[in-house]
Amino acid sequence: MEPNDIIKAQLMDAQDLDRTLDRMARQIAELIDPDQDAARSFALIGMQTRGVYLAKRLQAKIRDVDGFDVPVGVLDATMYRDDFRLRLKQPVVRATRIPFDITERQLVLIDDVLYTGRTARSALDAIMDLGRPSAIHFLVIVDRGLREIPIRADIVGRVVPTMHGEEVRVRLREIDDREGVWLVTRGTQDDASSTNETESLHG
Amino acid sequence: MVEQGDPGDTPMPHDVRAAEPAPLTRLHHRHLLGLQTYSAEEIHLILDTAREFRRVLDRPIRRVPTLRGITVVNLFFEPSTRTRISFELAEKRLSADTVNFSASGSSVSKGETLKDTAQNIEAMKIDMVVVRHKSPGAPHFLTRCVDAVIVNAGDGAHEHPTQALLDMLTINDHFASFEGLNIAIIGDITHSRVARSNIHGLTKLGANVTLCGPPTLLPVGIEKLGVRVTHRLDEALEGCDVAMALRIQLERQGDSLFPSLREYHDRFGITLDHLAQYPDLLVMHPGPVNRGVELASDVVDHERAIILNQVTNGVATRMAVLYLLAGIADGDAG
Repeated sequence: MEPNDIIKAQLMDAQDLDRTLDRMARQIAELIDPDQDAARSFALIGMQTRGVYLAKRLQAKIRDVDGFDVPVGVLDATMYRDDFRLRLKQPVVRATRIPFDITERQLVLIDDVLYTGRTARSALDAIMDLGRPSAIHFLVIVDRGLREIPIRADIVGRVVPTMHGEEVRVRLREIDDREGVWLVTRGTQDDASSTNETESLHG
Repeated sequence: MVEQGDPGDTPMPHDVRAAEPAPLTRLHHRHLLGLQTYSAEEIHLILDTAREFRRVLDRPIRRVPTLRGITVVNLFFEPSTRTRISFELAEKRLSADTVNFSASGSSVSKGETLKDTAQNIEAMKIDMVVVRHKSPGAPHFLTRCVDAVIVNAGDGAHEHPTQALLDMLTINDHFASFEGLNIAIIGDITHSRVARSNIHGLTKLGANVTLCGPPTLLPVGIEKLGVRVTHRLDEALEGCDVAMALRIQLERQGDSLFPSLREYHDRFGITLDHLAQYPDLLVMHPGPVNRGVELASDVVDHERAIILNQVTNGVATRMAVLYLLAGIADGDAG
């Protein structure tokens, strides 16, 4: 959690999250055309930061269950964000690594939380500048509502109606000290934790 | 040598590193006036950001909408081709609106002062000013007259920070760490803002810097900046990883600082013999090169001369600087 978070509820524990990912892996596998080489016609795109780890886990699950070998790309849409003049500081530009041609490929864009839809919008713009995929599907672990632009997810772990001022924290053992999904409210903000400020503006 | 290339279909090692929170996430400065006041962490942040922007330049669509709505004026009171074009390209790649202003044929030739020029430009609602001026401190002066973010594109013999940053990015492409790296800066140190910015930047990152040139072109007491000084090229190149040759300004020949260009080349010019003698030596030059003066013509075209890599890195570096500083431009809007 972030330093000022006050936990209101745990939405998923590690086991729930794993079951959700199992189900999502099957949903993704349904999209893959078995007559085509999945390594060439399909890809998962994980959004920095936690979407990357979710994509890796889904990649492994798809391989284990269906035998499809699906590549994973990493996307950072910071350069495409629309809140430039609203921010107090610049978010760090993180790596974008998509080492394959996305043109004519089916993509599954993977993020942890869907909120305003603005991050997804910037990700779609970023993808379009890299090529012309044949289709883009959008996967999130939690859809927390409160959309500001008309974006929807195709594969959703859980729909959780929330209020402004609340945050949904997806925490993964690869980079966090715990695993699961929590609903929190943020305590008083100081500059040290303003990273979340920009994340929540965007969500 | 550090390969920056793609890791293949499973980009595991790269994004594990990328997913870690960066040690520093913002610059502590509102302007880029020089590297003297920038910390090693800030320089690393700029270099890391520049590497990501460089990937944008390798794509089919080399433009991102990042600075849409930001207006940048390029205020060049001194003639410049490559720095101005490099900044202009960086601004365009970031989708900023750009205005160019050069001293010739402008109100400056009609006697307008720097302050009036700047205030007039600011009245036109400009967010950032990239400035080159023959007087050291002109960018600092501008920060006191206008509200815009100022980026120094060279002020007299003082600093040229973006050139040093692109030099460091280029070095970083070949060496993973600056710690203990031996860098020689050769030529006209006295009149070189490139040398000064590089000295500040490289020493902060832990490199050992050696300055080399005729005594007339080396300022007295420059050792105080934490550098070694020699008047012999052999001494500078011995054990050296990267040699940066500086441009000899031909117009200074009248100042009798060295007897002739030929004699300068004989004593301080890097030749193929040097490349043979030091098989790991890389050669850099901020350009434009006087072939046969600072570098023998064959050296310029040699594979160990990484001069064109510097030029490519220049656009990415300037994108990173504009990006990181632009975010602080509207700090009061939050």
